[in-house]
Amino acid sequence: MSATLEVTGVSVHFGGVTAVDDAHISADAGSVTGLIGPNGAGKTTLFNVITGVQPATTGTVTLEGTDISRLPTFRRARLGMARTFQRLELFWTLSVLDNVLVAAEQAGDPTPAETAQRLLERVGVGQLAGEQAGSLPTGSARLVEVARALACEPKVLLLDEPASGLDETETRQLGVLLRSLAGEGLAVLLVEHDMSLVMEICDTVSVLDLGRVIASGTPAEVRAHPMVIEAYLGAA
Amino acid sequence: MSESSTASPPPTADTTSPTILALRDVRAAYGSIEVLHGITIEVPTGSVVALLGPNGAGKTTTISVASGLMPVTGGALEIAGQDVTGVGATELARAGVCTVPEGRGVFPNLTITENLLMASYTGVERNEIRDLAFARFPRLAERRDQLAGTLSGGEQQMLAMARALSTDPVILMLDELSMGLAPKIVGQLYEQVAAIAADGVSVLVVEQFARSVLGVADHAVVMAHGTVQWSGAANDLDEDLLTSTYLGGP
Amino acid sequence: MQQLIAYTIIGLTTGAIYAVAASGLVVTYTTSGIFNFAHGATGMLAAFTYWQFRYAWGWPAPLALLLVLGVIAPLFGALVERVVLRNLRDTAEVVKVTVTVGLTVAMIGLATWLWPPANRERFKGFFDGNSVEIFGVNVSWHKLIAFGCAIAVAVGLRLVLYKTRLGIAMRAAVDDRNLAELNGARPGFASMVAWAGSASLAGLAGILLAAEVGLNIVPLTLLVVSAYSAAIVGRLRSLPWTFVGALILGLLEAYTLWANGSSWFPREIGGFSTSGLRGALPTIFLFVVLIALPQARLRAGAVRIRERAVVPSWSMSLLGTGLLIAFVASLVGLLTRANTLQLSNGLVLAIAALSLVPLTGYAGQLSLAPLTFAGLGAVIMAKLPWNGSVLALLVTVAIVAAIGALVALPALRLQGIYLALATGAFAIMVTVLIFNQSNVFTNGAVDVPPLQIPGLDLADPAQKAIFLSVAFSALALVVVTVRRSRLGRRMVAMKDSPLAGATVGMNLTGTKLAAFALSAGIAAFAGALNTGKVTADLYSFDQSLPLVLLVVVGGVSAISGALFGGVLLGANALLATIVPTLSNVTKVLPGLAGISLGRNPDGAVPQIEENFAPVGRHLPSIVIAIAGAVVLRLLTGLGVIGNWSFAVGLAVWVLAVVPNLPALLAGSAELGRRFAVGMGLLGVMGVAAGLDWATLLNASGWRLLMIVVIVAVAGPAARSALDTTVRTPAVSPDLIGIDRPFTPAEILEAERAVGAVR
Repeated sequence: MSATLEVTGVSVHFGGVTAVDDAHISADAGSVTGLIGPNGAGKTTLFNVITGVQPATTGTVTLEGTDISRLPTFRRARLGMARTFQRLELFWTLSVLDNVLVAAEQAGDPTPAETAQRLLERVGVGQLAGEQAGSLPTGSARLVEVARALACEPKVLLLDEPASGLDETETRQLGVLLRSLAGEGLAVLLVEHDMSLVMEICDTVSVLDLGRVIASGTPAEVRAHPMVIEAYLGAA
Repeated sequence: MSESSTASPPPTADTTSPTILALRDVRAAYGSIEVLHGITIEVPTGSVVALLGPNGAGKTTTISVASGLMPVTGGALEIAGQDVTGVGATELARAGVCTVPEGRGVFPNLTITENLLMASYTGVERNEIRDLAFARFPRLAERRDQLAGTLSGGEQQMLAMARALSTDPVILMLDELSMGLAPKIVGQLYEQVAAIAADGVSVLVVEQFARSVLGVADHAVVMAHGTVQWSGAANDLDEDLLTSTYLGGP
Repeated sequence: MQQLIAYTIIGLTTGAIYAVAASGLVVTYTTSGIFNFAHGATGMLAAFTYWQFRYAWGWPAPLALLLVLGVIAPLFGALVERVVLRNLRDTAEVVKVTVTVGLTVAMIGLATWLWPPANRERFKGFFDGNSVEIFGVNVSWHKLIAFGCAIAVAVGLRLVLYKTRLGIAMRAAVDDRNLAELNGARPGFASMVAWAGSASLAGLAGILLAAEVGLNIVPLTLLVVSAYSAAIVGRLRSLPWTFVGALILGLLEAYTLWANGSSWFPREIGGFSTSGLRGALPTIFLFVVLIALPQARLRAGAVRIRERAVVPSWSMSLLGTGLLIAFVASLVGLLTRANTLQLSNGLVLAIAALSLVPLTGYAGQLSLAPLTFAGLGAVIMAKLPWNGSVLALLVTVAIVAAIGALVALPALRLQGIYLALATGAFAIMVTVLIFNQSNVFTNGAVDVPPLQIPGLDLADPAQKAIFLSVAFSALALVVVTVRRSRLGRRMVAMKDSPLAGATVGMNLTGTKLAAFALSAGIAAFAGALNTGKVTADLYSFDQSLPLVLLVVVGGVSAISGALFGGVLLGANALLATIVPTLSNVTKVLPGLAGISLGRNPDGAVPQIEENFAPVGRHLPSIVIAIAGAVVLRLLTGLGVIGNWSFAVGLAVWVLAVVPNLPALLAGSAELGRRFAVGMGLLGVMGVAAGLDWATLLNASGWRLLMIVVIVAVAGPAARSALDTTVRTPAVSPDLIGIDRPFTPAEILEAERAVGAVR
């Protein structure tokens, strides 16, 4: 059986620079997959390729066995792919509730307003529903993005540094939320700099360096992997 | 109207001062968010100082402040014993403070030759810059009329270094030289850093790749949370401490 | 063969002039990222200034040229860059475009002020009368000089931009401003030089062109629009491609001219004359080139907006529209017939302005053609057989909405300035190819039949004005409904972040189409309801510009902003008729308002709304506000006070007293102070409504000025007297970390926010 999301042999070249180099990644339903790597390793570029924001030079992306490599972003979203952004991309002049409502309506939810409110409460910002998104502190804005992504009724959830801007308690709560989402059968792909969060909640971790996947395995395996330490600290 | 008529006279650098660059109790903020909470860093003349620390520690902000791109909200910036707090990036650059910023230190839509030409604002002859740079990096000479944006990451970083080195800087500041580069290329770049340091140029280098820079550095400063956590001789730095800062404690 | 050569030479000359103009445009765009809409107007003003020196004052040509191109134009360009545009670097595209549109309108106004239409000495080419024979064709020296100029500009720019350090620094600053500074370059200075040079190039093109086409303000301004299409061929960046584009356009125009004069060329197609084809060619070319541009890619980095952007509530909308109708109804009885017509005109403009609220305010798509759609509405309403029935109105609106969607279809792939240009090109195309047809606007006018509504006579100016205020209100409520609906949320989401919209599954194409159709439909109402004999120039492109301008200044995401823009434009015309001494000033006013946007990008109305917001939340204040207005109206009706006293009294009441009512009645200041301020305001009201302004001041201009003075002094004075709050800077939501150290994540976020790390 193939994984929910399969990225096969994806490369991206900008001019002479190789941002992603023959990357293979997969995310399974019911599990949280971590994607880590030093700055400039190509994680966000890879996310952009998966969601159709950035064309890949070569390689394919499949969702539940269907090749979606050539579909535009909004079609991929309708097939069940949702994401958050490293640099926040909320609808800043809409209210927090409307941010999630837009996504819920788009997903064809029969009771979008109720769903939106429920999702906001689930990520822990239900009391902010009436605020304008632009007035939120960074941490809350990240959680609203997570709620908006969930309103798309996704099969795959891609999270780009969701914990940056959260305090320790919020980060712990986010971890619990992501585990429970995976428990409901979602495939979660997580890019995160907070290593303790990654090590705690991920089932498997892939390490990206110079656009290439240099290691994959359980958190413990990856931590001890000499190439990973080298990627972060440089060659001895 | 001559171009320099609008400029205030660049500060003159006195290279005999024992400390070439000093940040004293510097604070800096983005809007209302303070990101440097009073850091003190000194670069002794003729030495290489490594500035280390995890993502978001404030290293890049420190470089922005030291290069004059970002104003300080408290504390003082000194170059060669002279107070240059509040002096703009253009003036500092013309006075010999040379910065290679993080990521791309090149202008992608200019050719290699034109990129090098931009170094002439420091007062060095155009031809001299070119000759120096091409002698150091022969690969650049082969592609002199190619747009910098079409170069590979390593070549771009080489070009940025070549531009910086040919200006005969008072102090050279390098931010994340190794980002996104293969270890072999990083090694080559640091050979150049070692070479220029041997010529007596003072260097402040920001790095994530702690190991590669520690071979070259005389001193090390470790930052976290916008404060200086540790500073001392590079040899005394405990690598386990760094590993746990970067990858999280076991 | 002879003719082919002759027309080729004509084409190359025109192309050469376009190339000169277009290269200036490219220089400023590449060095500052701002598309200088005012480039054409700069050339126009330079041509007029040159004419003044050379022909009105009889100075020798070299001296006049040196002064205009070497001193005045570059100083002007540098000044514009320094004073107006430097603040715009980080503002929204809509604001950038609007500010340069403002410059254009102000410069057109200035030119009409300084050089009113008159029979002038002909603007001659250089070395007029001299010509040489090339391949058997007589070519004037002027044409050769134009061609030589283009070559000189091409070579000169190439040398400056690629061989001098300053030129390389200009290009470097576009790539990476910070890095240029770190190299010791001065990006600000480079940008100023670029604008100075660009203004000179515009001036040269303007002077060369004026000799070919004559010294006329709007054609000269718009003919340099041709330069825009050439620059777009070079994607606003490549100079060689810009030159290619300019030459192609010049040749196309010349050959069209040739074809137009040939016997085989049809004089008319389907009853439409083809004589306007050549005039429309640059805009057709522009439109085609624009839609051939590649699809804009989704980009991250939506600008985070912290300003209040409130969804209009039903109660406030109903109250506001009700007040508008009541205000218009009470006003018409007091106005002369001519002024009532002007009021109606303002309301028509307000409806056209309303069409921009969903399109630009909600969906973020800038259109420069609101009045074009209104004009189409007028034409279709007039030509439909049902003579002003409600059915005719509905069919008209449906047709225009469909046209709107149709125009949007090719324009969908465009964003920002490219979209604005495409709509501008459409506006000019429609003006030249359709509105200027004698079978469309017969003798320049069309007779729009009044809407047939039982019991209403819309041929009567007073009834028409009231009806228009009702129509505006109804359409405003439609817009409010849309904003509160699923479609409205989608439009705002698309404006805020197209990228995020696509990743939640939004088909942006559908949303854009809907926004364009809705907007065109609303504009159609404006044209169809503006009954009576209407002239074509009311709906021309150069009328759309000030309208767009004033709406953006008013605040394009608010209905009140549309009302503000439309009524202000109407009032501006009114001001010119009742105060002839000010008529010159009124020509420049809308433009200046647009330029001021560079300093206050959020628009004026949100500011004003902030003043009135407490009133809406305080019922006794609303009651007293309405009661006061009613009393004033009654006193006037009973003949106790005159019409001008009513006008002054009402203005002071609404603008100076009412905003202070909540603080006066329930404020936090001590009772004694509130009482004193209240007495003071009452005294001011007594002066405003009690004095007989009609006899006291003998000119309407002075009376209007008096209103402005009283309002400007009394309102703020009362406000500051009642204000007890201690001013503290607004607390930023990012003030996390003041009471605890920052987490690394927060620091990273902050560094990213300013682009310090990627």
